[in-house]
Amino acid sequence: MLNASLKELSASLAAKKASSVELTRLFLGRIAKLNGLLNAFITVDEEKSLAQARAADALIAKGAAQPLTGIPVAHKDIFVARDWLTTCGSKILSNFVGPYDAHLIGRFNDAGAVLIGKTNMDEFAMGSSSESSFYGPVKNPWNADCVPGGSSGGSAAAVAARMAPAATGTDTGGSIRQPAALSGVSGLKPTYGLVSRYGMIAFASSLDQAGPFAKSAEDLALLLNVMAGFDPRDSTSIEREREDYARDLDRPLAGLRVGVPKEHFGEGLAADVGAAVEAALGKLEKLGAKRVPIELPNSSLSVAAYYVIAPAEASSNLSRFDGARYGYRAKDYSDLADMYRKTRAEGFGAEVRRRILIGTYVLSHGYYDAYYLKAQKIRRLIANDFADAFKRCDLVIGPTSPTVAFRIGAKTSDPVQMYLNDIYTIPANLAGLPAASIPCGFGAGGLPVGLHLVGNYFSEAKILNVAHRYQRETDWHLREPTGLAS
Amino acid sequence: MSLSLKEVLDVAALARIGIGEAEARAVQAELNRIFELIGRMQKVDTEGVEPMTHAQGLALRLRADKVTESDQRELFQSIAPQTEAGLYLVPRVIE
Repeated sequence: MLNASLKELSASLAAKKASSVELTRLFLGRIAKLNGLLNAFITVDEEKSLAQARAADALIAKGAAQPLTGIPVAHKDIFVARDWLTTCGSKILSNFVGPYDAHLIGRFNDAGAVLIGKTNMDEFAMGSSSESSFYGPVKNPWNADCVPGGSSGGSAAAVAARMAPAATGTDTGGSIRQPAALSGVSGLKPTYGLVSRYGMIAFASSLDQAGPFAKSAEDLALLLNVMAGFDPRDSTSIEREREDYARDLDRPLAGLRVGVPKEHFGEGLAADVGAAVEAALGKLEKLGAKRVPIELPNSSLSVAAYYVIAPAEASSNLSRFDGARYGYRAKDYSDLADMYRKTRAEGFGAEVRRRILIGTYVLSHGYYDAYYLKAQKIRRLIANDFADAFKRCDLVIGPTSPTVAFRIGAKTSDPVQMYLNDIYTIPANLAGLPAASIPCGFGAGGLPVGLHLVGNYFSEAKILNVAHRYQRETDWHLREPTGLAS
Repeated sequence: MSLSLKEVLDVAALARIGIGEAEARAVQAELNRIFELIGRMQKVDTEGVEPMTHAQGLALRLRADKVTESDQRELFQSIAPQTEAGLYLVPRVIE
């Protein structure tokens, strides 16, 4: 059961081979056993989860089940859930109990899924290692001395360690794909605007996008079917016809044009990662795909532009945390200004404070043109690079991350080194394109390597099709971490 | 470019984040490394490039001028640090 696909779990529930209560207890037991080691969950609430499981069992008994009814799903602690502590990995929200449901939480509730717990993450999703959480670092299930990636590291680790069959995350610069790669699971960042941001605590609103984690591309498709859809409460939610993201999973790859960007195979790419990605490209060619060399000449500027745009938007979004209406408030203060200063100094961790300062600076008087406007122009150049590439290829494929998982603490003292982890993932956020990471082998230390697939706008079904055909021919995605208590 | 200590303290004041001088010095060094990275942008000629504010180029949707939310003041204030008589309490601002 721990290794079953969502389709298999759903079939077991339908055939009454297992109940949702049994399934929920199984995963809660797994969390109880492993969370002390991995720290993947911030909040688990057995009673709430079991109540949802009992309701799901009643729906199944009535014959009213949907594809995910009764299936446990872990949610990143960035999604506000009614009556659940929702911390966003921060001290400043350490007492914040959700007064409403995020759109995404509501969608999973409507589908009859069971909320199995809230997962740990970098504070306010600012990080690539899940070390900046106020609740302590998440450990990589493949090697607990290493990071799982971030910021959605808790969700990635939970799926990798079979503490949940599926999970959700958010991706602003790579926060779904990079932890998926480093933890050896599949993750998808949809086209910007496909999943509502309502109730998803904001980091950089023009980049933030929610998406699923699972063991396979097929599972990702089932999850996206629940998550995607128009929501009038999000001003950037896209109005489109509903689609079935699983519809093309089995389509043959003959004639598929795979764009391989030379910029993503140059300096900085570790040899072990490069070798695994090359082997995966070879596999896709065997399946009928054609390799097309492409260029993304401005992609080297993506990290620089991102570290203007994201902090600028964050400094504005995070101004709402002032200790007045919710969350943490400092104990002693002399006046209102002092209350703000102390609350924010004590409530935010070092990385969040750093990014607020960068954002405040680049938006301050006299610097707007040199930084924010310049970064937005570079953003255009990066989007144009992809537009040119997609005239010649169907997907852009390369490594998700330059290296396999690094050791906890290895990059915490050097923010710039940490930022460069996302060099291959940030361009898709700036352009707003959908992109996935799927397991494609192992590198140094037996740690997983991720394959990055970027598609044109709204090509999620195509990305999942290619990922699924690859996963039919390989078993990297079925490997599970060894050495964990079974 | 590099930020002076005074600029770091000024920005922290604008951001309403209390910061001591020792911490400001440490932050100054980090920020300057980050701005070195950001500075790579300046080498690129972006003359005539239209800034991209948003991935989808959407126009903002308008909605009817109708009340759609119900009163949930008690629920929302149940998680506030300090309230009284339905109001959020903060230190006195006007004497």
